[in-house]
Parts: sequence; C-alpha cells; structure tokens
Amino acid sequence: MFSGELFFNAIVSGLLIGGFYAAVALGLSITFGCLEIVNIAHPTFVIFGSYVTYILNVNFGLDPILAGLVFVPAFFVLGMFLYRFYYASFERAGQESLNGLAFFFGLMFTVEVLLILVYGVDYRLVSAPYIGQTWHLGYIDFPLRQTVPFVVGTAMTIGVYLFLSKTFLGRAIKAVSQDRLALQLMGADPIRVKQYAMGIAIATAAVAGSLLIILGPVEPSQGRLYIGRVFAMVVLGGMGSVSGTLIAALLIGVIESFVATFYGPSWAPAVSFGLLFITLALRPQGMFGRA
Amino acid sequence: MFMKFAMRRRMLALCGMVAAALFLTQAMAPTTARAAEPIKIGFSMALTGALAGAGKAALIAMEIWREDTNKQGGLLGRQIEFVYYDDSTSASKVPGIYTKLLNIDKVDLVVSSYGTNEISPAMPIIMRKGLVFMSLFGLAVNDRFKYDRYFQIMPAGPVPKEDWSRGFFDLAMAQNPKPKSIALLAEDAEFARNAVAGARINAKKVGLNIVYDKTFPFGSKNVTPVIRAIKASGAELIYIGSYPHGSVGLVKAANELGLKAKMFGGGMVGLQFAAIQKNLGPMLNNIVNYDFWVPEPTLKFEGVEAFLKKYQAAAKGKKVDPLGHYLPPYAYAYLQILGQAVNTIGSLDQKAIAAHIHATTFNTVVGPVSFAENGEWAKTRTLQVQFRDIEPNNMDQFNHAGKRIVLYPKSVKSGEIVYPYK
Amino acid sequence: MGRFWLGATGVFMAGLLFTGAVDNEFYFFSGYVILQGLIMATAWNILGGFTGYVNFGSAGFFAVGAYISVALHQALALPLPFLILASGMVCGLMGLATGYLTLRLKGIYFAISTLAMAIVLETVITNWEYVGGASGAYILTPKDSLFFASYVELLFMVMLIIAIAAVAFARYLSTSRTGKGLTAIRDDELAAECMGVPTLRLKLVSATAMGVFMGMAGAPFPFFITFVDPLSAFSLFIAVNAIAMPLIGGTKVWYGPVIGALILGLTQEITTVTISSELNLLIVGVVLIGFITLAPGGIVGLVQDFSRKRLRSKAAPSAGGDR
Repeated sequence: MFSGELFFNAIVSGLLIGGFYAAVALGLSITFGCLEIVNIAHPTFVIFGSYVTYILNVNFGLDPILAGLVFVPAFFVLGMFLYRFYYASFERAGQESLNGLAFFFGLMFTVEVLLILVYGVDYRLVSAPYIGQTWHLGYIDFPLRQTVPFVVGTAMTIGVYLFLSKTFLGRAIKAVSQDRLALQLMGADPIRVKQYAMGIAIATAAVAGSLLIILGPVEPSQGRLYIGRVFAMVVLGGMGSVSGTLIAALLIGVIESFVATFYGPSWAPAVSFGLLFITLALRPQGMFGRA
Repeated sequence: MFMKFAMRRRMLALCGMVAAALFLTQAMAPTTARAAEPIKIGFSMALTGALAGAGKAALIAMEIWREDTNKQGGLLGRQIEFVYYDDSTSASKVPGIYTKLLNIDKVDLVVSSYGTNEISPAMPIIMRKGLVFMSLFGLAVNDRFKYDRYFQIMPAGPVPKEDWSRGFFDLAMAQNPKPKSIALLAEDAEFARNAVAGARINAKKVGLNIVYDKTFPFGSKNVTPVIRAIKASGAELIYIGSYPHGSVGLVKAANELGLKAKMFGGGMVGLQFAAIQKNLGPMLNNIVNYDFWVPEPTLKFEGVEAFLKKYQAAAKGKKVDPLGHYLPPYAYAYLQILGQAVNTIGSLDQKAIAAHIHATTFNTVVGPVSFAENGEWAKTRTLQVQFRDIEPNNMDQFNHAGKRIVLYPKSVKSGEIVYPYK
Repeated sequence: MGRFWLGATGVFMAGLLFTGAVDNEFYFFSGYVILQGLIMATAWNILGGFTGYVNFGSAGFFAVGAYISVALHQALALPLPFLILASGMVCGLMGLATGYLTLRLKGIYFAISTLAMAIVLETVITNWEYVGGASGAYILTPKDSLFFASYVELLFMVMLIIAIAAVAFARYLSTSRTGKGLTAIRDDELAAECMGVPTLRLKLVSATAMGVFMGMAGAPFPFFITFVDPLSAFSLFIAVNAIAMPLIGGTKVWYGPVIGALILGLTQEITTVTISSELNLLIVGVVLIGFITLAPGGIVGLVQDFSRKRLRSKAAPSAGGDR
C-alpha cells in the first residue's frame, strides 16, 4: 500500500522533528565533539530551559521562543561557570574520563531533583498563538507547533555552524581539542576558549528548551529520553561536526517518522539506536566524519 | 606542604557535605506525635519519581480523610495515625516498605500505593499476613493472586480489562448506522496496553473490523506520523490507550491534521488533569474519553463537594493537580470503605472486615460501592465523558457542569452524545 | 588468599545464621536490595574501574537477566539456580559481543554504545509479547522455600552467594597477572599494548565477566517483585547505583565497590524509611557529586591518602615545621 500523501508527509514530519532534535544535539556537538566533555546532563539543561520558558510564558505571556532567548545570556554564564568548575575539578588533574562522566551523571540527577523540588512533577505546558494551527501545502501538512521549532532549531544550528567556521573564536573552539599547541602559538588561551565554547553550548539549551515545551508538555525527568538520541546524532554526524549533527538529526527524525508511519511506531527508537550501534561498530568516525 | 593543606581542606569539605546530608536526614525525619494508642494505617506511596504527581495528590486526599475521621472520633474510638514511606515509583522498594510497616512499625491496617506496578509487589507479603488490602488504581492485579481480601477502588468493573472500554463500544454500536471499522493504538506501558487489549476483545465481540492496531513508544514526542497512518486507515472509530505526554501529542496532532472520525478517544490518561485540559482547550471538543468523576449533577454524591473544597484548598502551592477530580475522591473513598467496615465490625479482625466489605454496599464520596468476588467493583462505572463547548485558556470552566458530559453508564448519564466526532 | 576465603565463608555463615535467628522479613528485603546493588557495583567495576571503560547500560544487562528468567520460568518452569546460570550466560555473551564490537574504540564510544544498547534492548523487550511486553508479567512466588522460613530468606541467601562469587572474581582479577594487565590498560592503554599486554583479550574478559554478574543479579528480580515490566526492569536507579557505588567506594580496588554499595545502599534503605521526599534523592546526588569532585579515589582513596600522609609525617617529623 503505497500512498504519496503518506510518503511525503512522513518525510516532512520527520524533517520537522529533526530540526528540533538538532537544536538539542547542537550543544552536545560542541561540548562532546569539540571539547571532548561528555556532558550527559545536557538534555537536563534543555529541560531546565523549558521551565524558565514556562515561567516567563505563564507569568508575563511572553512568546516561548522569546522567553528562551531572554535566558540565553544567563545560560551562557552558567555554561562558563560549569566549565571552570569542571576544569578545576577534573580536567586539570587529568581525571576527566571516568570522574568527569560520573560528575555529569550526578549533575543530571541533582538538577532533575531540584526542578522537582521547585516545580513539582505536574506537567507544564505553554500557550502561543501558533500552537494548534496548521499550514497546508497541497496534501502536505505543516503543523506550526512543529514547524516553528524546526525553523528556529535549524536556524540556530546554521548560525552556530557559521560562527564556528567563520570567526576567530569559532575556529579556535574547533581546534582546541585537536591542536592545543597551535592554538597557544596563535595566542589563544585554551582554557578560555573552552570556557566560551561551553557557554555557547549551554546557551543553546535555553532555546532548545523553549522548543521542547512548544512541542508538548514537560516534566523534570523527561531529559533522560533524549540522552541516547542526542549522543546518537553527535556520533553519527561525526564528532565536532555541526553540519554533520544537523544532517544526522534530520535523518533520525525521518527514519523514526517512516518507521512510525509504515511499520510499527514502537520500533522507532530501536531503529535509530540500532543505526548508532552499527555505526560505532563499523565506522566510529561517524557517517559524515572524516576517516 | 601545599599538598597536605589541600588534602585537609578537601577532607573538611567532604566531611561538611556528609554532615549536611546527615543533618538534613535528621531534620526531615517525620516527627510522629504519640497519641494514646492510635490506630496505625500503613502504606507506601509514590511521592517522588514518575507517578509522584498522582501519589502526592492521593496523599492529600488521604490526609483529609484522616482529619475528617479523627474529628468524628476516629476508628474504634481511637485516633488514626498514618505511617507511610516513599517508594519513589520504584517497584523494588515496595516489598521492603511493607515488611517494615508490618514487622517493625506494627501497623494495624494497610492500604496500597498507587498503580499496578507498586501494588503487585506488596501482594505476597500482605497475603501471608492475611490482611485486608484496599488498593488504589491497579488494573487486574488480582487476576493472578486471587486473594479474597483484596479490594480495588478504581471503578473498572468485575472484568477490568474489558469493562474498561465497554462504555465506548456500547455508545458506538448504539449509533445508526453502526460504525464498521476501528483503529486501536496503545502507548507502550502496562496500563495503556491492557486497556487496548480489552478494547480489542470488545471490538471483536461486536464485529468491528480492526483496520489499524499498533503501539508506540512510551513518552514519544512525535506522534504526528501515527495519527497520519490512522487517518490513512480510514477507521471510523479510534480507540487510544495513552499516557499524558502521548495524549497531549495525539490530541494536538489530530487537530493539526484535521483527523476525521465518528468517535475518538477511549483510554487516554492525562485528559483528566486540569493543567492539560486548560492547555488543550477547544482541541478537546467532542473527544469521548474515560473518566472517574466530573462535576455533573448526576455525580454529586454525598460529601464529594465538601471533600473537593478541602482538597483544592490543600492542593494550592503543593504543585499537584489543582482540581483533583480524577484520583483524589477515590483515594478518600478507599479509606472511607475501610474505616466504615472497621467501625461496623468493631474490631480489627481482618477476616470479619473482609467478609463485611464483600457483603456490603458502601456509601462513599464516589457514590455507592460494592465489590465482586475478585475485589473489583461489582459493576463497571468507568465513565465515558465527552468534552463539550470548551473555551480556550480557562481552567475554572472544568469546575462546572456542562463541559464534560457523562454519556455512560446510563445510571449517571448527564447528556447525549455528539456524533460524529468530526 | 586464605584470609579472603575465610572471610567469605564467615560472611556466608553469618548470612545463614541471620536467616535462622532473625525472622523479621524487613531485613531480608532490604538486604536483598543492598546485595543487588553490591553485585551490580562489583560487576560494573570489573570493567569500569579496572579498565576505565564506562558502562551506562547496566540496567540493560540487569533487565535482560530478569527477562531471561521470566521467559525460562514460563517456558520450562526451571528452578531458580538454572535461571541464574542461564541469565549469566546470555548476559555474558552480550557483554562479549558489545565488547567485541566497540572495545577497540576509545572509551567514550563504548560508553555511548552501551547506552544505545540498553535502549534497543528495552524496545525489544517492550515488544516481546511472550514475556508480557509492555503490559508486564506476573511471577508468583513459589510456595516452597527449602529449609528457609520464607522465600525472601532464600532469595537473600541466593543473592549473598552471587555477591560472594562476584567479589571473589573481582578480587581474583585485580590481584592476578590479568589484573596487572587491566591496570596497565587503565593507566595507558597504548603503552600497555606496546609492552605486549593482550589488551583486547583482557578487556573482553572483563566485559564478559561484567555481563555475567549483572545478568545473575537480574535473574532473581522477577521473583523478588512478583510483577515485572520494562519500566521497572530498566529503571534508572539501577544504572545510577551501579556507577555511583564504585565511585563512592573507590574504583581501583576490588573492595571499593563493596564499601560503596554497603554505604550508599544502607543510606538509601534508611532514608527510604525516614525521609519521604525528594530531599532523599537530592542527598544521593549531592553526596555523589561531592565525592567525585573532592575525593576522586572514593573512600578507599581517602583512607589511603590519609594513611600514606601519616606514614610520611612519621618518617619526617620535622616536616611540619616549615609552615
């Protein structure tokens, strides 16, 4: 049973959600891909972003995306502080592998519990005029609830991509884990570069959080659902490649959408993670990474 | 020397943290006032973790019952005291908690935590002690244990899995012309899967053609493709078993894609909660979904309004469901039944209490309750309600009649179905 | 050598005595949970602590162990010891396969692939109708509990035996030649490879052993809780504890996870029945972060630092003068 309507809608729907996935994976692509910091707490920061968005939306009626943007500077500072702490506690002592990982694990757990303590476990949702509306292009649907996160998520990813490849600081961030010495010769302090990089990474979580809460209700423990997915995207896209992460995010969105439409939706997660597993086993540099 | 100094500082900081943790432990330990020979009711409750929203709301309701009853003189003339522990929605903590309640705290009566996963692990322990076990919203737990002192308060009915969706099918098959096809969709977790399994049996019984029958992952964010596939199947009826995340996504997707069907809904958890109702607003209109209590005139049982008033006052600032229509009245009622039985029997003789509960129809805030052999409600009262004339962004409207019309069962029906859905 | 086995026998006898003398079941239920944590922690540490490869998918191994047990119980009604052995074998093979596919890569890839594997496994089990799928499966506690007063005492002893086996194996690994090879891998894998240490083979041995013990820890679980569904079997707590316990105790020696498991496990059991709130969880999180940042060697590391310092200050009593 092949139907063009189903087929093309499955693609569009997958791309839309993929744009959102990219926004969540973007921060990790920087921390994990460029800095080699395994921040498994990143999705939890995204949830944190959702909650601050919620507060502004409910109390001041601010548009969720704007609310997310308002918090970008604060998250940036938070990220810088986090890196300083991480550096002082682990990286300087060369203990980042095991203890650093466990640190973020503990952080994820703690932030989650703090969110529960402050906001409880009830579901939080935002309202915006575009939620619930749909554009139609022929028989293809563009629900704005998904289209807005797609546009913002993709734009942010492309923005960060341009920043990383065009500016001095951006190039320094890309180089920092690969060639420290060259970086120092260029007169850049690697610690400082990494600090900014982490700041940017966490700042993206504020925006990603606002996108998440536009898509649907949020509660504190939801971040866990995304840990596997975002790592899958970063690895599939090739470590540290923002463009690769974007492609991988869109691809995973489309694959999940196809499986959900034509086969059984319950198998969708296995497909994307199976893909990750196979990639790791056969081609660990990622599908789009350099060999 | 720096090393030594740093070392000491590190030790100090660590000691400080451990001390702080211990202090918190001490400070937070519940201080139980010693009244003269109180009756202790023990239970475990999900106060943290995935089901904490429900668990906390239930606890508020239970505390209201305790206060109400203590004011009227308690049970057997003794004041009531609760002993409860947080199972953090983790089944593996439940056996330990109930053994502690029974063997160390020596509680006199036990009731259950919330939900199938947290009820079942307690069963073997309680069965060995032969205690009456009032349980809160477990689906068909007793099918395997067949324990004659188990009583479950959720009004599913004597054949829980099938009775659950009976109303939906009765309503559908009463229409003219009769619908011919149905799509079934379940979110991948215990309750939703069982609800849809029951719906599948019912659909076959009434001769509906099942044109779509799939499950989707728990907590899935992108359910648009699923709705699209259902739309393509052309099913006239759509029966869904889902949890809050999924329910919200499905309702939004159905609206966005302009899903057309004769009936849409069934077993969607989440549409009973005020925050979600407020957010979905008019998107809910005409959905027919299960519920347990709504403020329709046919369901104004004695005491329920007074109870809800107290609940809504207590819930303020507690970050739980502010209206409390769905679960809290039942959390109040399952204690009410236990309390009435104990006071009638006049002792804590578990065998006599169980026999009395089996033989009696109780008047509670959720109406008259009587139990079948297996400890489920003797007759299903799983409501099928239809959302009507919902306005956007207004939570208060759900506190009044006319927004959620009861279509089923007939005994408490408050209006006629709007058919088709869209 | 002798001392360890003497100790192990002592612990076993104490366990037996405990089941005989105490009939308050609460202690056995709590003890079971603590022992389960101890086995998981020790198993995790065999790979994570000894070689530095972090496994995020502990819950996956555990759950497969539990579900193998459910499946075989339903199909053949095998007795518990067989279920445990079968679960151990299946999970051991799983560990071997995962290791074979990803242990040649850098550690972080292994960590992520274990995460991915856990999710794939959860999806598979969720869709495996024979063992109840997402609806869950009931396992009724058998009436027969040998010569113990109740079934939980039997389960407790079973867990104690598995725990002793796991710890003994971890100890064997860390004190034998193999253990030296593993330490070399953790410290500098490349150098170890150059020195002729068969790194891949040693890592595979560790990964397999980890799988075996995690599977064994999971096998009795369905009998313990009587109703098992994917959400409870793949619980985050299992994965958190498996990592937190060794880190708090100390990852470099075999008794580190044991100490960590006893302390964290006991704390959790106590807090469950004293403080009923999120603060309970918060304490676990904060203490974990505290240990990782302030005492990266865990409790064992702290004690070692402390005694080393005392030795040094004894050897050079004047050292304190130049402050």
